Amino acid sequence: MHVIRGIRGTFQPFWVTLRNMFRKPVTIQYPEEKQQLPERYRARLILTRDPDGAERCVACHLCSAACPVDCISMQAAEAEDGRRYGAWFRINFTRCIFCGLCTEACPTLAIQVTADFELAGRDPLKLVYEKEDLLVDHCGNNNSYNFYRQSGIGVAAPRGTNPGETPPADVKDLMP
Amino acid sequence: MSEMLVTLALILGKLLFIFGVVLFMAAYLVLAERKILGRMQLRYGPNRVGPFGLMQPLADVIKLLTKEDFVPARADKWLFLIAPGITAVTALLVFAVIPFGPTLEIFGRQVPLVVVDLNIGVLYFLGVSSMAVYGVVLGGWASNSKYSLLGGVRGLSQMVSYELSLGLSLVPVIMMARSFSLTDIVMAQQSIPFMLLNPVAFGVFFICVLAESNRIPFDLPEAENELVGGFHTEYSGMRFGLFFVGEYINMVVLGSLVTVFFLGGWHGPWLPPLLWFLFKVLAVCAMFIWIRASMPRLRYDQLMNLGWKILLPLSLVNILVTGAVLLGLG
Ligand code: SF4
Ligand code: SF4
Repeated sequence: MHVIRGIRGTFQPFWVTLRNMFRKPVTIQYPEEKQQLPERYRARLILTRDPDGAERCVACHLCSAACPVDCISMQAAEAEDGRRYGAWFRINFTRCIFCGLCTEACPTLAIQVTADFELAGRDPLKLVYEKEDLLVDHCGNNNSYNFYRQSGIGVAAPRGTNPGETPPADVKDLMP
Repeated sequence: MSEMLVTLALILGKLLFIFGVVLFMAAYLVLAERKILGRMQLRYGPNRVGPFGLMQPLADVIKLLTKEDFVPARADKWLFLIAPGITAVTALLVFAVIPFGPTLEIFGRQVPLVVVDLNIGVLYFLGVSSMAVYGVVLGGWASNSKYSLLGGVRGLSQMVSYELSLGLSLVPVIMMARSFSLTDIVMAQQSIPFMLLNPVAFGVFFICVLAESNRIPFDLPEAENELVGGFHTEYSGMRFGLFFVGEYINMVVLGSLVTVFFLGGWHGPWLPPLLWFLFKVLAVCAMFIWIRASMPRLRYDQLMNLGWKILLPLSLVNILVTGAVLLGLG
């Protein structure tokens, strides 16, 4: 039995390789053919806007803290109405490993991934994306979420008027 | 005087012809191997440079030539520099005794299609081909790297375990042809190739040739997965290229030797002799590639076992049997 198995094991591979030779290769010829990417593929990052068209990012630094390779940096600033935003916001794509941890950390759904993976270039400095390059004109994968409608006291709406909130209790009133 | 000049010119012509053809074949064998291997693994292989990737060898040469020629610190410089040359040159030298066609009549002169028809061609081949291992061993030793050294040591012990059977498997051929000259050996196979007359010797010789070529399943000195690159780990640029080309020249040469010793050389029906020779050599090379695609690498001790415990006794018994049969036939 041993011998028969050995002999079969020696000659079977030859048959397998011969058969494979006349099959169609599974290679996708990249620049001409493109791969069908999964819907939730992680590649180039974008900064989205909320449904009202304002920047979502509140420059909370959570994404840069979550980033394992420290490739996000920003400077926070505050507008007249108390709304925070990034004075500048920079992602160094030569370092980004496209892990998507920043998008998970983001409380405002501002930073999101796209399926655009064709980022290669000869000049590394061209891969350092500034805020203008990152900011897009749509809401990304969530069309309804607006951070300041859920939180951010008194910036977009007076206290207690957001959906799901109750107005603050009047401490000078004895009524329940 | 003029007679001598003509002879010299003829030899030079043949040399250039062989040199050109062998190098060309070696270059395109690399491409063929990569393509066939790719198809067998459901890939395309190189297909970007030129139509169907046919300019790939040129691109490879340009790449290798423009790379840095790196010598590791504390390497044994001179040995390190000449080792790749030894591999390539010895492989080419063997081709001097290989007859690739019948004697031609040109302007009333007999022109044998072999550079030199040595009457001890077989011994010459055995001697020169064992020199080839010096390239591996010296390269491995001189690199001053553990991986290279291990590769070199493996190359040496591998050589020791198959070279004996290689020589012994040729003894029946010599007995049947009654000559050490490669031309005579081919002539003796006019009617029926030795592969059919003595399949055992053919099998042993083929396995030994695989080991001699340092290819899978006997590529222990290289063993990318264990030894990084084995004896050529530290080599770069055209020196690595020489090792690489040497391996493929070796493939062509060993293919020719299998053809000469066992497949009947240039003999064959209908087609011109040169074409037959080329066809047979390419068939052996294709077999090498197919084996590479299909087989795993043997372990070190398995190779030793195979060499000493199976191939050696087998070829010894084969010599006895062949001798007895030849004696019986008169
Ligand atoms: S995807 Fe990962 S590596 Fe890239 S910026 Fe986000 S957290 Fe950093
Ligand atoms: S992108 Fe998100 S996590 Fe990063 S600073 Fe802006 S709001 Fe915070």
